[in-house]
Amino acid sequence: MATPYQERKISAPQLNEGDAPYFEAASQGKLLIKYCNDCKKYHHYPRALCPFCFSDKTEWKEAQGTGTIYTFSVSRKSGPVPYAIGYVTLDEGPSMMTNIVECDLDTIKCGQKVKVTFKPTEGGPSVPMFRPV
Amino acid sequence: MSIKGKAYFAGIYEHPARKITDKSIAQVHAEVAKGALEDAGLTIRDVDGYYCSADAPGTGGLSMIDYMGLTVKHADSTNTGGSSYLYLVAHAAEAIAAGKCNVALITCAGFGRPGTAPRDMGGGVPESAFESPFGPVTVNMYAMAAMRHMYQFGTTSEQLAWVKVAASHHAQHNPNAFLKKVLTVEDVVNSPMIADPLHRMDCCVVTDSGGAVIVVSPEIAKSLKRPLVKLLGTGESPKDQMGGNVDLTYSGAVRTGAIAYAEAGVKPSDIKYASIYDSFTITVVMTLEDLGFCKKGEGGKFVMDGNLISGVGKLPFNTDGGGMCNNHPGNRGGITKIIEAVRQLRGEAHPKVQVKNCDIALAHGTGGSLGTRHGSATLIMERE
Repeated sequence: MATPYQERKISAPQLNEGDAPYFEAASQGKLLIKYCNDCKKYHHYPRALCPFCFSDKTEWKEAQGTGTIYTFSVSRKSGPVPYAIGYVTLDEGPSMMTNIVECDLDTIKCGQKVKVTFKPTEGGPSVPMFRPV
Repeated sequence: MSIKGKAYFAGIYEHPARKITDKSIAQVHAEVAKGALEDAGLTIRDVDGYYCSADAPGTGGLSMIDYMGLTVKHADSTNTGGSSYLYLVAHAAEAIAAGKCNVALITCAGFGRPGTAPRDMGGGVPESAFESPFGPVTVNMYAMAAMRHMYQFGTTSEQLAWVKVAASHHAQHNPNAFLKKVLTVEDVVNSPMIADPLHRMDCCVVTDSGGAVIVVSPEIAKSLKRPLVKLLGTGESPKDQMGGNVDLTYSGAVRTGAIAYAEAGVKPSDIKYASIYDSFTITVVMTLEDLGFCKKGEGGKFVMDGNLISGVGKLPFNTDGGGMCNNHPGNRGGITKIIEAVRQLRGEAHPKVQVKNCDIALAHGTGGSLGTRHGSATLIMERE
Protein backbone atom coordinates (compact mmCIF):
# COMPACT_ATOMS: atom_id res chain seq x y z
CA MET A 1 0.00 0.00 0.00
CA ALA A 2 1.16 3.49 -0.74
CA THR A 3 -0.36 6.91 -0.17
CA PRO A 4 1.36 9.27 -2.62
CA TYR A 5 1.73 12.89 -1.54
CA GLN A 6 -0.72 15.23 -3.24
CA GLU A 7 -0.67 19.01 -3.13
CA ARG A 8 -3.70 20.37 -1.28
CA LYS A 9 -5.30 23.79 -1.07
CA ILE A 10 -4.14 25.57 2.07
CA SER A 11 -6.17 28.46 3.46
CA ALA A 12 -4.19 31.63 4.09
CA PRO A 13 -3.11 31.83 7.73
CA GLN A 14 -4.92 34.42 9.86
CA LEU A 15 -2.09 36.61 11.09
CA ASN A 16 -2.11 38.43 14.38
CA GLU A 17 -0.07 41.55 15.07
CA GLY A 18 3.60 40.58 15.30
CA ASP A 19 3.32 37.48 13.09
CA ALA A 20 4.21 39.23 9.81
CA PRO A 21 8.06 38.91 9.89
CA TYR A 22 7.76 35.12 10.20
CA PHE A 23 5.54 34.84 7.15
CA GLU A 24 7.40 37.43 5.08
CA ALA A 25 10.55 35.35 5.64
CA ALA A 26 8.67 32.13 4.83
CA SER A 27 7.57 33.61 1.52
CA GLN A 28 11.29 34.21 0.78
CA GLY A 29 12.20 30.64 1.68
CA LYS A 30 13.54 31.30 5.17
CA LEU A 31 12.41 29.70 8.44
CA LEU A 32 12.54 32.06 11.40
CA ILE A 33 12.45 31.09 15.04
CA LYS A 34 12.13 33.24 18.14
CA TYR A 35 15.12 33.44 20.50
CA CYS A 36 15.25 34.97 23.99
CA ASN A 37 18.29 37.08 24.72
CA ASP A 38 17.79 36.75 28.48
CA CYS A 39 17.33 32.98 29.01
CA LYS A 40 19.07 32.06 25.72
CA LYS A 41 16.34 29.64 24.67
CA TYR A 42 14.43 29.23 21.42
CA HIS A 43 10.65 28.87 21.52
CA HIS A 44 7.82 28.15 19.09
CA TYR A 45 5.16 29.30 18.21
CA PRO A 46 6.71 32.79 18.30
CA ARG A 47 5.68 35.24 21.02
CA ALA A 48 6.63 38.81 21.88
CA LEU A 49 7.35 37.69 25.45
CA CYS A 50 9.44 34.58 26.10
CA PRO A 51 7.18 31.77 27.45
CA PHE A 52 10.04 30.45 29.60
CA CYS A 53 11.24 33.59 31.45
CA PHE A 54 8.73 36.27 30.35
CA SER A 55 11.49 38.54 29.07
CA ASP A 56 10.51 40.96 26.30
CA LYS A 57 14.02 40.72 24.80
CA THR A 58 13.08 38.21 22.13
CA GLU A 59 14.34 38.34 18.56
CA TRP A 60 13.94 36.50 15.28
CA LYS A 61 16.75 34.18 14.18
CA GLU A 62 17.00 32.16 11.03
CA ALA A 63 16.71 28.44 11.73
CA GLN A 64 18.78 25.84 9.90
CA GLY A 65 15.57 24.28 8.61
CA THR A 66 16.54 20.78 9.62
CA GLY A 67 14.96 18.55 12.22
CA THR A 68 13.43 15.23 13.21
CA ILE A 69 9.83 14.01 13.10
CA TYR A 70 8.57 13.82 16.71
CA THR A 71 5.17 12.43 15.74
CA PHE A 72 2.69 12.54 12.87
CA SER A 73 -0.67 11.28 11.62
CA VAL A 74 -1.96 10.74 8.11
CA SER A 75 -5.45 12.25 7.92
CA ARG A 76 -7.43 10.16 5.48
CA LYS A 77 -10.96 11.55 5.88
CA SER A 78 -10.47 15.23 6.74
CA GLY A 79 -10.19 16.75 3.29
CA PRO A 80 -10.21 16.07 -0.45
CA VAL A 81 -6.75 14.43 -0.29
CA PRO A 82 -4.85 12.62 2.48
CA TYR A 83 -2.23 14.68 4.29
CA ALA A 84 0.35 14.09 7.00
CA ILE A 85 0.26 16.45 9.98
CA GLY A 86 3.04 16.23 12.53
CA TYR A 87 5.44 17.86 14.90
CA VAL A 88 9.02 18.36 13.74
CA THR A 89 11.66 18.96 16.40
CA LEU A 90 14.03 21.53 14.95
CA ASP A 91 17.76 21.08 15.47
CA GLU A 92 17.60 24.32 17.51
CA GLY A 93 15.29 22.57 20.03
CA PRO A 94 11.63 23.51 19.73
CA SER A 95 9.01 21.33 18.05
CA MET A 96 6.62 22.88 15.53
CA MET A 97 3.36 21.74 14.01
CA THR A 98 3.69 21.22 10.25
CA ASN A 99 2.92 18.89 7.35
CA ILE A 100 5.25 16.18 6.08
CA VAL A 101 5.26 16.39 2.28
CA GLU A 102 6.78 15.11 -0.97
CA CYS A 103 7.00 11.44 0.03
CA ASP A 104 4.86 8.29 0.23
CA LEU A 105 2.82 9.18 3.32
CA ASP A 106 2.78 5.50 4.36
CA THR A 107 6.57 5.51 4.78
CA ILE A 108 6.75 8.37 7.32
CA LYS A 109 8.26 7.39 10.67
CA CYS A 110 8.88 9.02 14.02
CA GLY A 111 12.58 9.84 14.33
CA GLN A 112 12.97 10.48 10.59
CA LYS A 113 15.27 13.36 9.52
CA VAL A 114 13.55 16.10 7.55
CA LYS A 115 14.31 19.42 5.86
CA VAL A 116 12.12 22.47 5.46
CA THR A 117 10.36 23.38 2.23
CA PHE A 118 7.78 26.11 1.69
CA LYS A 119 4.28 25.69 0.28
CA PRO A 120 1.99 28.47 -1.01
CA THR A 121 -1.36 29.25 0.58
CA GLU A 122 -4.48 30.60 -1.12
CA GLY A 123 -3.94 34.34 -1.35
CA GLY A 124 -1.59 34.41 1.63
CA PRO A 125 2.06 33.90 2.54
CA SER A 126 3.92 30.59 2.19
CA VAL A 127 4.11 28.25 5.16
CA PRO A 128 6.94 25.92 6.25
CA MET A 129 6.53 22.19 5.69
CA PHE A 130 9.08 19.38 5.80
CA ARG A 131 10.20 16.58 3.51
CA PRO A 132 12.32 13.55 4.39
CA VAL A 133 16.05 13.86 3.60
CA MET B 1 -9.25 25.44 52.60
CA SER B 2 -10.17 22.01 51.33
CA ILE B 3 -13.48 20.95 49.77
CA LYS B 4 -13.14 17.47 51.29
CA GLY B 5 -16.50 16.43 52.70
CA LYS B 6 -17.99 19.89 52.15
CA ALA B 7 -20.03 19.17 49.01
CA TYR B 8 -22.33 16.26 48.13
CA PHE B 9 -23.84 14.98 44.88
CA ALA B 10 -27.59 15.19 45.51
CA GLY B 11 -29.02 14.75 42.02
CA ILE B 12 -28.01 13.35 38.64
CA TYR B 13 -29.78 13.01 35.30
CA GLU B 14 -28.68 11.92 31.82
CA HIS B 15 -30.95 12.78 28.91
CA PRO B 16 -32.17 9.51 27.35
CA ALA B 17 -32.13 10.84 23.76
CA ARG B 18 -29.13 10.47 21.45
CA LYS B 19 -30.69 12.24 18.44
CA ILE B 20 -32.74 15.38 19.10
CA THR B 21 -34.47 17.18 16.22
CA ASP B 22 -37.48 18.85 17.81
CA LYS B 23 -36.00 20.69 20.81
CA SER B 24 -33.72 23.68 21.29
CA ILE B 25 -30.43 23.35 23.16
CA ALA B 26 -31.88 25.63 25.86
CA GLN B 27 -34.80 23.24 26.31
CA VAL B 28 -32.44 20.29 26.72
CA HIS B 29 -30.52 22.23 29.41
CA ALA B 30 -33.83 22.83 31.22
CA GLU B 31 -35.00 19.22 30.84
CA VAL B 32 -31.81 17.79 32.33
CA ALA B 33 -31.98 20.36 35.16
CA LYS B 34 -35.53 19.23 35.92
CA GLY B 35 -34.49 15.59 35.84
CA ALA B 36 -31.61 16.11 38.25
CA LEU B 37 -33.73 18.20 40.64
CA GLU B 38 -36.42 15.49 40.70
CA ASP B 39 -33.74 12.88 41.35
CA ALA B 40 -32.49 14.93 44.30
CA GLY B 41 -35.94 15.75 45.68
CA LEU B 42 -35.36 19.48 45.20
CA THR B 43 -37.12 22.14 43.13
CA ILE B 44 -35.84 24.84 40.78
CA ARG B 45 -36.56 27.40 43.54
CA ASP B 46 -33.92 25.72 45.73
CA VAL B 47 -31.12 26.42 43.22
CA ASP B 48 -28.83 29.30 44.22
CA GLY B 49 -25.77 28.52 42.07
CA TYR B 50 -25.66 27.79 38.31
CA TYR B 51 -22.86 26.37 36.20
CA CYS B 52 -22.67 25.70 32.49
CA SER B 53 -19.82 25.88 29.99
CA ALA B 54 -19.36 28.67 27.46
CA ASP B 55 -20.95 26.52 24.74
CA ALA B 56 -24.38 27.05 26.33
CA PRO B 57 -26.53 29.53 24.37
CA GLY B 58 -25.92 33.18 25.28
CA THR B 59 -23.14 34.96 27.13
CA GLY B 60 -21.78 32.71 29.85
CA GLY B 61 -24.74 31.42 31.84
CA LEU B 62 -26.82 34.58 31.45
CA SER B 63 -29.30 33.30 28.88
CA MET B 64 -29.76 29.94 30.60
CA ILE B 65 -30.27 31.57 34.01
CA ASP B 66 -32.92 33.78 32.39
CA TYR B 67 -34.54 30.89 30.45
CA MET B 68 -34.85 28.70 33.53
CA GLY B 69 -36.08 31.52 35.74
CA LEU B 70 -33.20 31.20 38.19
CA THR B 71 -32.02 33.67 40.80
CA VAL B 72 -28.48 32.72 41.81
CA LYS B 73 -25.77 33.97 44.13
CA HIS B 74 -22.89 32.24 42.37
CA ALA B 75 -22.25 31.22 38.76
CA ASP B 76 -19.41 30.07 36.51
CA SER B 77 -19.07 29.24 32.82
CA THR B 78 -15.55 27.81 32.54
CA ASN B 79 -14.83 26.36 29.10
CA THR B 80 -12.23 23.61 28.83
CA GLY B 81 -14.12 21.57 26.23
CA GLY B 82 -15.45 18.21 27.38
CA SER B 83 -13.65 18.45 30.73
CA SER B 84 -15.58 21.65 31.61
CA TYR B 85 -18.16 19.85 33.76
CA LEU B 86 -15.56 18.38 36.12
CA TYR B 87 -14.06 21.84 36.50
CA LEU B 88 -17.57 23.21 37.14
CA VAL B 89 -18.28 20.62 39.86
CA ALA B 90 -14.98 21.58 41.52
CA HIS B 91 -15.86 25.28 41.33
CA ALA B 92 -19.37 24.65 42.67
CA ALA B 93 -17.90 22.66 45.58
CA GLU B 94 -15.49 25.51 46.33
CA ALA B 95 -18.38 28.01 46.30
CA ILE B 96 -20.41 25.81 48.66
CA ALA B 97 -17.43 25.30 50.99
CA ALA B 98 -16.94 29.09 51.05
CA GLY B 99 -20.61 29.64 51.88
CA LYS B 100 -21.40 31.39 48.59
CA CYS B 101 -24.27 29.05 47.69
CA ASN B 102 -25.94 25.82 48.87
CA VAL B 103 -27.57 24.18 45.86
CA ALA B 104 -25.46 24.21 42.71
CA LEU B 105 -26.98 23.16 39.37
CA ILE B 106 -24.54 22.09 36.62
CA THR B 107 -26.00 21.46 33.16
CA CYS B 108 -24.66 20.24 29.82
CA ALA B 109 -26.56 20.02 26.55
CA GLY B 110 -25.37 19.86 22.99
CA PHE B 111 -25.95 18.59 19.51
CA GLY B 112 -23.15 16.56 18.00
CA ARG B 113 -21.22 17.60 14.96
CA PRO B 114 -18.64 15.56 13.12
CA GLY B 115 -15.15 16.25 14.40
CA THR B 116 -13.28 15.86 11.12
CA ALA B 117 -13.78 19.40 9.82
CA PRO B 118 -10.84 21.77 10.42
CA ARG B 119 -11.42 23.96 13.46
CA ASP B 120 -11.88 27.67 12.85
CA MET B 121 -9.75 29.26 15.53
CA GLY B 122 -10.87 32.81 14.73
CA GLY B 123 -8.98 36.07 14.92
CA GLY B 124 -6.85 36.81 17.94
CA VAL B 125 -6.02 33.19 18.81
CA PRO B 126 -2.23 33.46 19.15
CA GLU B 127 -1.32 30.05 17.71
CA SER B 128 -3.78 30.22 14.83
CA ALA B 129 -1.38 31.14 11.99
CA PHE B 130 1.14 28.52 13.16
CA GLU B 131 -1.34 25.63 13.27
CA SER B 132 -4.40 26.17 11.05
CA PRO B 133 -2.53 25.86 7.71
CA PHE B 134 -1.52 22.29 8.59
CA GLY B 135 -5.05 20.90 8.95
CA PRO B 136 -5.35 20.09 12.66
CA VAL B 137 -8.69 18.39 13.40
CA THR B 138 -9.83 16.66 16.56
CA VAL B 139 -8.97 13.13 15.50
CA ASN B 140 -5.50 13.77 14.03
CA MET B 141 -4.45 15.68 17.15
CA TYR B 142 -5.23 12.65 19.34
CA ALA B 143 -3.76 10.38 16.68
CA MET B 144 -0.40 12.17 16.99
CA ALA B 145 -0.37 11.32 20.70
CA ALA B 146 -1.20 7.69 19.87
CA MET B 147 1.53 7.52 17.20
CA ARG B 148 4.16 8.76 19.63
CA HIS B 149 2.93 6.36 22.34
CA MET B 150 3.33 3.48 19.91
CA TYR B 151 6.80 4.65 18.84
CA GLN B 152 8.10 5.29 22.33
CA PHE B 153 6.43 2.48 24.31
CA GLY B 154 5.50 -0.16 21.73
CA THR B 155 1.76 0.23 22.27
CA THR B 156 -0.30 -1.55 19.59
CA SER B 157 -3.61 -0.92 17.80
CA GLU B 158 -4.89 -4.17 19.31
CA GLN B 159 -4.18 -2.88 22.81
CA LEU B 160 -5.96 0.42 22.11
CA ALA B 161 -8.90 -1.55 20.72
CA TRP B 162 -9.50 -3.17 24.13
CA VAL B 163 -10.74 0.21 25.41
CA LYS B 164 -13.57 0.17 22.86
CA VAL B 165 -14.23 -3.53 23.43
CA ALA B 166 -14.57 -3.04 27.21
CA ALA B 167 -16.90 -0.06 26.73
CA SER B 168 -19.05 -2.09 24.33
CA HIS B 169 -19.40 -4.90 26.90
CA HIS B 170 -20.89 -2.31 29.26
CA ALA B 171 -23.01 -0.53 26.63
CA GLN B 172 -24.93 -3.72 25.78
CA HIS B 173 -26.74 -3.32 29.12
CA ASN B 174 -27.61 0.37 28.58
CA PRO B 175 -30.89 0.69 26.64
CA ASN B 176 -30.09 4.32 25.80
CA ALA B 177 -26.57 3.66 24.48
CA PHE B 178 -25.89 4.90 20.95
CA LEU B 179 -23.91 1.72 20.13
CA LYS B 180 -25.17 -1.40 21.92
CA LYS B 181 -23.35 -4.05 19.90
CA VAL B 182 -20.59 -6.00 21.65
CA LEU B 183 -17.39 -5.47 19.67
CA THR B 184 -14.20 -7.47 19.29
CA VAL B 185 -10.61 -6.31 18.90
CA GLU B 186 -10.87 -7.37 15.24
CA ASP B 187 -13.97 -5.20 14.74
CA VAL B 188 -12.00 -2.18 15.94
CA VAL B 189 -8.73 -2.70 14.08
CA ASN B 190 -10.56 -3.64 10.87
CA SER B 191 -12.72 -0.49 10.91
CA PRO B 192 -11.64 2.24 8.45
CA MET B 193 -8.48 4.19 9.24
CA ILE B 194 -9.43 7.82 9.94
CA ALA B 195 -6.11 9.33 11.03
CA ASP B 196 -3.22 6.89 11.49
CA PRO B 197 -3.11 5.07 13.87
CA LEU B 198 -6.72 5.71 14.94
CA HIS B 199 -9.54 3.77 13.29
CA ARG B 200 -13.17 4.75 13.18
CA MET B 201 -13.89 2.58 16.22
CA ASP B 202 -11.06 4.15 18.21
CA CYS B 203 -13.28 7.25 18.23
CA CYS B 204 -16.16 8.14 20.54
CA VAL B 205 -19.71 8.47 19.29
CA VAL B 206 -21.23 11.79 18.20
CA THR B 207 -24.61 12.39 19.86
CA ASP B 208 -27.26 15.01 20.69
CA SER B 209 -27.97 14.80 24.41
CA GLY B 210 -27.19 16.31 27.78
CA GLY B 211 -26.96 15.77 31.49
CA ALA B 212 -27.12 17.57 34.81
CA VAL B 213 -25.69 17.26 38.31
CA ILE B 214 -26.80 18.89 41.57
CA VAL B 215 -24.08 19.55 44.17
CA VAL B 216 -25.23 20.66 47.64
CA SER B 217 -23.96 21.49 51.11
CA PRO B 218 -23.69 18.66 53.70
CA GLU B 219 -26.73 19.95 55.62
CA ILE B 220 -28.97 19.84 52.56
CA ALA B 221 -27.61 16.45 51.42
CA LYS B 222 -28.48 14.95 54.82
CA SER B 223 -32.03 16.36 54.65
CA LEU B 224 -32.73 14.51 51.36
CA LYS B 225 -33.70 10.87 50.84
CA ARG B 226 -30.89 9.94 48.43
CA PRO B 227 -27.72 7.93 49.19
CA LEU B 228 -24.95 10.24 50.45
CA VAL B 229 -22.13 10.71 47.93
CA LYS B 230 -19.54 13.32 48.84
CA LEU B 231 -16.59 14.91 47.09
CA LEU B 232 -13.23 14.00 48.61
CA GLY B 233 -10.87 15.84 46.29
CA THR B 234 -10.56 17.71 43.03
CA GLY B 235 -7.68 18.63 40.74
CA GLU B 236 -7.59 20.81 37.67
CA SER B 237 -4.67 21.72 35.42
CA PRO B 238 -4.40 22.29 31.68
CA LYS B 239 -1.47 21.04 29.62
CA ASP B 240 -0.09 22.49 26.38
CA GLN B 241 2.88 22.64 23.98
CA MET B 242 5.14 24.22 26.59
CA GLY B 243 6.73 26.81 24.33
CA GLY B 244 7.82 24.16 21.86
CA ASN B 245 9.01 21.52 24.35
CA VAL B 246 6.27 19.30 22.98
CA ASP B 247 5.78 16.03 24.88
CA LEU B 248 2.64 14.15 23.88
CA THR B 249 3.32 11.14 26.09
CA TYR B 250 1.44 12.50 29.08
CA SER B 251 -1.66 14.55 29.85
CA GLY B 252 -2.68 17.05 32.50
CA ALA B 253 -3.88 14.07 34.54
CA VAL B 254 -0.30 13.68 35.81
CA ARG B 255 -0.91 16.84 37.83
CA THR B 256 -4.67 16.66 38.48
CA GLY B 257 -4.53 13.09 39.74
CA ALA B 258 -1.77 13.90 42.22
CA ILE B 259 -3.62 17.00 43.46
CA ALA B 260 -6.95 15.17 43.85
CA TYR B 261 -5.45 12.09 45.55
CA ALA B 262 -3.63 14.33 48.03
CA GLU B 263 -6.77 16.29 48.91
CA ALA B 264 -8.86 13.13 49.16
CA GLY B 265 -6.22 11.21 51.13
CA VAL B 266 -6.58 8.16 48.88
CA LYS B 267 -4.35 6.34 46.39
CA PRO B 268 -5.05 4.72 43.03
CA SER B 269 -5.47 1.26 44.62
CA ASP B 270 -8.38 2.64 46.71
CA ILE B 271 -10.41 3.46 43.58
CA LYS B 272 -13.11 0.82 42.94
CA TYR B 273 -14.56 2.42 39.81
CA ALA B 274 -13.17 5.01 37.37
CA SER B 275 -14.96 7.17 34.80
CA ILE B 276 -12.17 8.01 32.36
CA TYR B 277 -12.73 10.52 29.56
CA ASP B 278 -12.79 8.48 26.37
CA SER B 279 -12.81 10.80 23.39
CA PHE B 280 -10.50 8.26 21.75
CA THR B 281 -9.01 4.96 22.90
CA ILE B 282 -5.59 6.58 23.36
CA THR B 283 -7.09 9.15 25.75
CA VAL B 284 -7.99 6.34 28.17
CA VAL B 285 -4.65 4.54 27.89
CA MET B 286 -2.65 7.70 28.62
CA THR B 287 -4.96 8.89 31.38
CA LEU B 288 -4.78 5.55 33.22
CA GLU B 289 -0.99 5.84 33.25
CA ASP B 290 -1.10 9.48 34.34
CA LEU B 291 -3.53 8.73 37.19
CA GLY B 292 -1.17 6.05 38.51
CA PHE B 293 -3.21 2.94 37.71
CA CYS B 294 -0.15 1.58 35.89
CA LYS B 295 3.34 2.78 34.99
CA LYS B 296 3.99 5.26 32.16
CA GLY B 297 4.09 3.38 28.87
CA GLU B 298 2.26 0.31 30.23
CA GLY B 299 -1.29 1.55 29.61
CA GLY B 300 -1.60 -0.60 26.50
CA LYS B 301 -0.85 -3.77 28.43
CA PHE B 302 -3.06 -2.63 31.33
CA VAL B 303 -6.24 -2.35 29.23
CA MET B 304 -5.82 -5.73 27.50
CA ASP B 305 -7.87 -8.86 28.09
CA GLY B 306 -10.89 -7.11 29.54
CA ASN B 307 -9.09 -5.48 32.45
CA LEU B 308 -11.52 -2.52 32.24
CA ILE B 309 -14.67 -4.70 32.11
CA SER B 310 -16.82 -4.71 35.24
CA GLY B 311 -16.79 -8.10 36.93
CA VAL B 312 -13.85 -9.26 34.79
CA GLY B 313 -10.92 -6.88 35.19
CA LYS B 314 -9.12 -5.01 37.93
CA LEU B 315 -10.42 -1.53 37.11
CA PRO B 316 -14.05 -1.29 35.94
CA PHE B 317 -14.39 1.86 33.82
CA ASN B 318 -17.20 3.72 32.03
CA THR B 319 -19.89 1.18 32.92
CA ASP B 320 -22.55 3.17 31.03
CA GLY B 321 -20.65 2.47 27.81
CA GLY B 322 -18.85 5.82 28.04
CA GLY B 323 -18.25 8.22 25.20
CA MET B 324 -16.98 5.22 23.22
CA CYS B 325 -20.46 3.65 22.94
CA ASN B 326 -23.08 5.41 25.06
CA ASN B 327 -23.12 9.18 24.82
CA HIS B 328 -20.90 12.17 24.03
CA PRO B 329 -23.40 15.05 24.08
CA GLY B 330 -22.34 17.89 21.79
CA ASN B 331 -18.80 16.45 21.75
CA ARG B 332 -18.59 16.99 25.51
CA GLY B 333 -18.43 13.86 27.62
CA GLY B 334 -17.57 15.29 31.03
CA ILE B 335 -21.05 15.33 32.53
CA THR B 336 -21.72 11.65 31.82
CA LYS B 337 -18.41 10.73 33.49
CA ILE B 338 -19.64 12.32 36.71
CA ILE B 339 -23.14 10.84 36.43
CA GLU B 340 -21.99 7.22 36.03
CA ALA B 341 -19.52 7.55 38.93
CA VAL B 342 -22.37 8.75 41.18
CA ARG B 343 -24.61 5.90 39.94
CA GLN B 344 -21.88 3.41 40.88
CA LEU B 345 -21.42 4.88 44.37
CA ARG B 346 -25.18 4.87 44.95
CA GLY B 347 -25.43 1.28 43.73
CA GLU B 348 -27.72 2.47 40.93
CA ALA B 349 -25.66 1.32 37.94
CA HIS B 350 -27.15 -1.48 35.80
CA PRO B 351 -26.98 -4.71 37.86
CA LYS B 352 -24.85 -6.37 35.16
CA VAL B 353 -22.14 -3.71 35.55
CA GLN B 354 -22.58 -2.56 39.16
CA VAL B 355 -19.25 -2.79 41.01
CA LYS B 356 -19.54 -4.63 44.33
CA ASN B 357 -18.80 -2.60 47.49
CA CYS B 358 -18.16 0.50 45.40
CA ASP B 359 -17.22 3.03 48.07
CA ILE B 360 -14.65 5.26 46.33
CA ALA B 361 -14.78 6.34 42.68
CA LEU B 362 -12.85 8.67 40.41
CA ALA B 363 -14.01 10.70 37.41
CA HIS B 364 -11.58 12.33 35.01
CA GLY B 365 -12.11 14.74 32.14
CA THR B 366 -9.80 15.59 29.24
CA GLY B 367 -11.10 18.40 27.01
CA GLY B 368 -9.67 20.11 23.95
CA SER B 369 -6.80 18.33 22.28
CA LEU B 370 -4.13 15.92 23.53
CA GLY B 371 -2.03 17.06 20.57
CA THR B 372 -1.98 20.77 21.43
CA ARG B 373 -3.76 22.11 24.51
CA HIS B 374 -6.23 20.38 26.79
CA GLY B 375 -8.13 20.95 29.99
CA SER B 376 -7.76 18.24 32.59
CA ALA B 377 -9.74 17.69 35.78
CA THR B 378 -10.06 14.87 38.31
CA LEU B 379 -12.80 14.32 40.90
CA ILE B 380 -12.61 11.74 43.69
CA MET B 381 -15.82 10.89 45.52
CA GLU B 382 -16.99 8.57 48.26
CA ARG B 383 -20.21 6.94 49.41
CA GLU B 384 -20.85 7.64 53.08
